[in-house]
Amino acid sequence: MSELETFRAEARAWLEENCPAEMRTPAKGDEDVCWGGRNFVFQSDAQKLWLERCVAKGYTVPDWPKAYGGAGLSPQETKVLRQEMAKLGCRSPLNSFGIWMLGPALLKFGTEEQKVHYMGQIARGEIRWCQGYSEPGSGSDLVSMQTFGEDKGDHWVVNGQKIWTSYADKADWIFCLVRTDKTNKYQGISFLLFDMQTPGVTTKPIKLISGNSPFCETFFDNVVVPKHQIVGELNRGWDVAKYLLGHEREMISGMGGDGGVTSIGAAMKAVLSEEPVLRAQMALFDVENLTFRAHGERFMDEWKTGKAHPAYSNLMKYVGTELNKKRNELVMSIGGTQALEWESERSNGGSKARNWLRTKANSIEGGTSEVMLNVVSKRILEMPGA
Amino acid sequence: MAMTLNDDQNMLRESARDFMASEAPVTHFRKFRDMGCKDGFSHGLWKQFAEMGFTGILIPEAEGGMGMGQIEAGIVLEEIGRNLSPSPFLTTSVAAVEALKLADKAMRDRWFPGILAGETVIGIAIEEGVKHRPEKIACVAERSGNGFKLTGHKQFVVQGTSSDMLIVAARTAGAVGETDGLTLFAVDKDAAGLSMEAARLVDSAMAAHVKLEGVQVNADAVIGDVDGGWAVLSKMLDAGRVGAAAEMVGVGTGAMDMTFDYLKTRKQFDRVIGEFQALQHRAAHLYGEMEGARSIVLKAQSLMDEGHAKAELYVAAAKAKAGLACNLAVREGVQMHGGIGMTDEYDIGLYMKRDRGLNEFFGDAYYHADRVATMNGY
Repeated sequence: MSELETFRAEARAWLEENCPAEMRTPAKGDEDVCWGGRNFVFQSDAQKLWLERCVAKGYTVPDWPKAYGGAGLSPQETKVLRQEMAKLGCRSPLNSFGIWMLGPALLKFGTEEQKVHYMGQIARGEIRWCQGYSEPGSGSDLVSMQTFGEDKGDHWVVNGQKIWTSYADKADWIFCLVRTDKTNKYQGISFLLFDMQTPGVTTKPIKLISGNSPFCETFFDNVVVPKHQIVGELNRGWDVAKYLLGHEREMISGMGGDGGVTSIGAAMKAVLSEEPVLRAQMALFDVENLTFRAHGERFMDEWKTGKAHPAYSNLMKYVGTELNKKRNELVMSIGGTQALEWESERSNGGSKARNWLRTKANSIEGGTSEVMLNVVSKRILEMPGA
Repeated sequence: MAMTLNDDQNMLRESARDFMASEAPVTHFRKFRDMGCKDGFSHGLWKQFAEMGFTGILIPEAEGGMGMGQIEAGIVLEEIGRNLSPSPFLTTSVAAVEALKLADKAMRDRWFPGILAGETVIGIAIEEGVKHRPEKIACVAERSGNGFKLTGHKQFVVQGTSSDMLIVAARTAGAVGETDGLTLFAVDKDAAGLSMEAARLVDSAMAAHVKLEGVQVNADAVIGDVDGGWAVLSKMLDAGRVGAAAEMVGVGTGAMDMTFDYLKTRKQFDRVIGEFQALQHRAAHLYGEMEGARSIVLKAQSLMDEGHAKAELYVAAAKAKAGLACNLAVREGVQMHGGIGMTDEYDIGLYMKRDRGLNEFFGDAYYHADRVATMNGY
């Protein structure tokens, strides 16, 4: 047996032994997902136990180094672990912007102290992070942002406003782009970390068309941030942000379809068999879904071996989000009038309609589809022009 | 398996790429088209394929071939597609070889040496109607003497009149529409009662309409089991489908690259037209479609090589996706080239024609999307 197959057998045995039965069923909704943090209330003992066991094993962040709370697995081992988790239907023990976004940025740009401190907290699910990038006047044109940190010697005083801050009202800390030099557009931004309980920080949830409020407006009024809470160099926060946006696009690109290759068509057979045109649409969607899974697998294999173009995640983000929107349109069409119900128990509180509406943001957040196409065209295809 | 090519595969790609570009570029295709060649391909080139080892790429090493898999065959096919290189490779070295690998030793010994030498061409005689419907095969093989007597007709037999042997699917039992009761036969081109009419297709390939009027074959002409031909047929068709999909990745990529080059050089309104966002977004979208097609084709090939249970599903998805993406590439190609894209002098139109032929070969995108739905349980 190869080393990797030995690892697969061990991982499977560990999962079978340690993943509670309740954690081998799909999460019922966003509130059923473990996000960790100071204020998180576990939905069940099983959820708490599953997190604790994974933390002890380093499996909340299996590919991070052990010194920072991970299990130190190789990319191949991590892939095998995820495959085995998928086979058993294991839920992710911990969802977190810290894992997906801040962690990778710290690993590349952070000091050793920052890695040990912040990455450790993330791995253990102790601190829940949010991201402060967009501002009311700075969406696709992010670099025009105005939130300003005034240099006060050993600290900055931050004033300004962020928008579309995911779960800012539930987060403990924020990683935030702050202008520290008004004379230099790109090289005048710093990447700061601070506690959301710092005096002067307030949040206000934004109600979306789905009726839910996953995003907030976040206001900073004379917020004091000590100088050691900067990641990377002063005024070079844009480099960190760009790197991190790559990770965000990679993460969002994974949203197409259902996280796997299982067709949603089989469960809808009764409707589809009577509507040949809808069945045909579903069939073509399944072709695209299988394609996207294979594409994602190939991209990850090339990414890990350094063969992928550095801008490739922009393409995956575009394809994956457009696919997810298409999928939810089909779910609504197949669901018919029942999918229109907004509150009933029968409709699980209107989950289909709310999810459908939520997906419309996929191709806006983290860079719009149009911006992604611009980036692919210029950086990968090397089309001319500004 | 990792979804990246290994070192050996990258080397094969380089040598196939160099070979097609120097020995069988689009000018080669044009030459044979313009001379009205009755075969639609060069026998000399087919010999050169053999010297490169390509013709026996799927034949086991023990029988003189390279013993490689669908990924490697696909690497060659992609370069064939990119250069529109005309050859019997897809039908003879991919589809026919996969069927013959399931035949008995005597038959393999009869045909493999000629394929390895680049001397033998084999035609695939499956289709009976204008669309791919393998389960609807009505051609009949009745027991007769020491073997069978075949009666019926076939069409879209690519390079049929240039073939030394035809693989004919016929019904030995069961009713039209059933997959049981089919049998595959190796029928010599000179067999009494067999007649062919060659037709030139839109992409200048030659395909034959075949009449079988009481063609007598011996029992040893059977490939695989009598009445159990569906197993051999499925394997042959899937190899042909994933091969056609790989060739379409080449055709689509060739058309796309040519078009992107054009966008970077053609000037209108005092600027290169590739500066216009309306074209940039379409170009980026097309690139994504071709990348997706390339990925699903590689996935299908690797699952076939592993003998994975899901291979059939992925082959269907790959043929569908490659067909859709390649078709987009040639349509966008002609449109973005503008007026000159409509001229015979420019190559982009040749890619559009080739895409049509390959899309129809062994089932189009809609046929295979329908199969994906059925295999997915609805």
